[in-house]
Amino acid sequence: MKLVTGIIQPHRLDDVKSALEAAGVRGMTVSEASGYGRQKGHTEVYRGAEYTVDLVPKVRIEVLVDDADSTVVTDVIVKAAQTGKIGDGKVWTVPVDDVARVRTGEHGPGAL
Amino acid sequence: MVVAEVLGDGSALDAGNTAWMLVSASLVLLMTPGLAFFYGGMVRSKSVLNMMMMSFGAMAVIGVVYVLWGWSMSYGSSVGGLFGNPVEQFGLKGIFESTPDGYVYAMSEGLPVIVDVGFQVTFAIITVALISGAIADRVKFGTWLVFTGLWVTLSYFPMAHMVWGGGLLSGDGPFASIAEPIDFAGGTVVHINAGAAALVLALVVGKRKGFGSEPMRPHNLPFVMLGAALLWFGWFGFNAGSAYGATGDAGLAWVNTTTATAAAIIGWLATEKIRDGHATSLGAASGVVAGLVAITPAAGSLSPLGSIILGVVAGVLSALAVGLKYKWGYDDSLDVVGVHLVAGLWGTVGIGFLATETGLFYGGGVNQLVVQVIIALIAVAFSLVVTAVIALALKATLGWRVSEDAEVGGIDLAVHGETAYETIQQGSVIKEVRA
Repeated sequence: MKLVTGIIQPHRLDDVKSALEAAGVRGMTVSEASGYGRQKGHTEVYRGAEYTVDLVPKVRIEVLVDDADSTVVTDVIVKAAQTGKIGDGKVWTVPVDDVARVRTGEHGPGAL
Repeated sequence: MVVAEVLGDGSALDAGNTAWMLVSASLVLLMTPGLAFFYGGMVRSKSVLNMMMMSFGAMAVIGVVYVLWGWSMSYGSSVGGLFGNPVEQFGLKGIFESTPDGYVYAMSEGLPVIVDVGFQVTFAIITVALISGAIADRVKFGTWLVFTGLWVTLSYFPMAHMVWGGGLLSGDGPFASIAEPIDFAGGTVVHINAGAAALVLALVVGKRKGFGSEPMRPHNLPFVMLGAALLWFGWFGFNAGSAYGATGDAGLAWVNTTTATAAAIIGWLATEKIRDGHATSLGAASGVVAGLVAITPAAGSLSPLGSIILGVVAGVLSALAVGLKYKWGYDDSLDVVGVHLVAGLWGTVGIGFLATETGLFYGGGVNQLVVQVIIALIAVAFSLVVTAVIALALKATLGWRVSEDAEVGGIDLAVHGETAYETIQQGSVIKEVRA
């Protein structure tokens, strides 16, 4: 099993969600995140005083998948989140040792 | 002794009425910041500041324009019944005069005209601010400011003159031979005018990116309810103040205003409950405004019982009308058309049925109804045409829309360089660079 994690632009979330649903992904975890890569922060001005905000708001999407599906899911996220501009985000995959479904207690791929 | 050259009827000051009109003017001015909260709560958190700034921008521009030529264009000598002469009382010339013994003020039936100027400028401000709800999240602030000055000059002042300043749609106009047109506090001048303008702007400016597909839910409903409460409170100046005195007429307008508004909440919530299964806070706040809009032209000529009917119908009609934008595909973002145009039309026309002296339901025949329909249609047509000309001219010159990046990333940050809320809570990431 794999955990696919995507950090994307917040306004792409709806498109990514729809694309994942269309690709047969039945569940995901979404959380607000902040950070920066090549896209640096922005400047705000309050009564003439300038503030630099380093971190940029992002959205984190996490999807647990079978080993065989991880490339497909990654590609789906990348395609749906892409605008071609700096700040589009990253998607990475890590191996997962075990997954348990809380309701039934079952372990392994059956719990996905 | 120096005799000051001032206009007016030379009547003696009526302190009670003057006090009430000063209070009324202050109440109506409060409506615009109230509207800023009402609208601000309804947009997404990334554009709340821009939404509120459109109301404050209207206060800035029109507060200046009004004393320059606004008063004169509204209440100066008529040019063809369409607008007042803008230069005649430019800069409030003739409204007051400086003498060695102090200022002398033009009077009108016991009220210093300068107090009426204060009362009227607040109406002009709120009318223009109302339109901003149609173009949330996506418009250049500079273009909006230019629009406010142009629109108030070419649409609001002429309408105010036509209806209240002795022009075409007033008791001195051609339709008065059928029945005297009734617009107590601004069904045509304010609400139909702003509502029709909102429709035009929504069409000319175009839809927000993602309209109809992305969720655009209100980010702060308590703001919306706070705004509705401030609007209701301020509206007592709007309607009861339009009696022009601390009188029984003001009391009747006050009671009619509250009765119709209460009834409109019931009408809106009942419609929602039956249609959607829930009576919502946004529905209650919207019902407040629909009721206030509908009773505005009618507050001086209905009984409180008639106001109940007017209010309920307004609440139901507006609750049904706000869905049309999705069906017809125009992005009137905060339902200025559905609330102000629809309830404004109903309030203006409803007078023809419900006026206690001349209404159809009170045995007054159809004359009042016919006249009310005529002035409502003229107001719609006038506003549509004038607004279309201004909006298209601005589209071709300054342009209306901010860039797509700015709209998607949030107009507050892109246009104003500020954000309403601290979205990154970790602290320490914000450092001061230059003070």
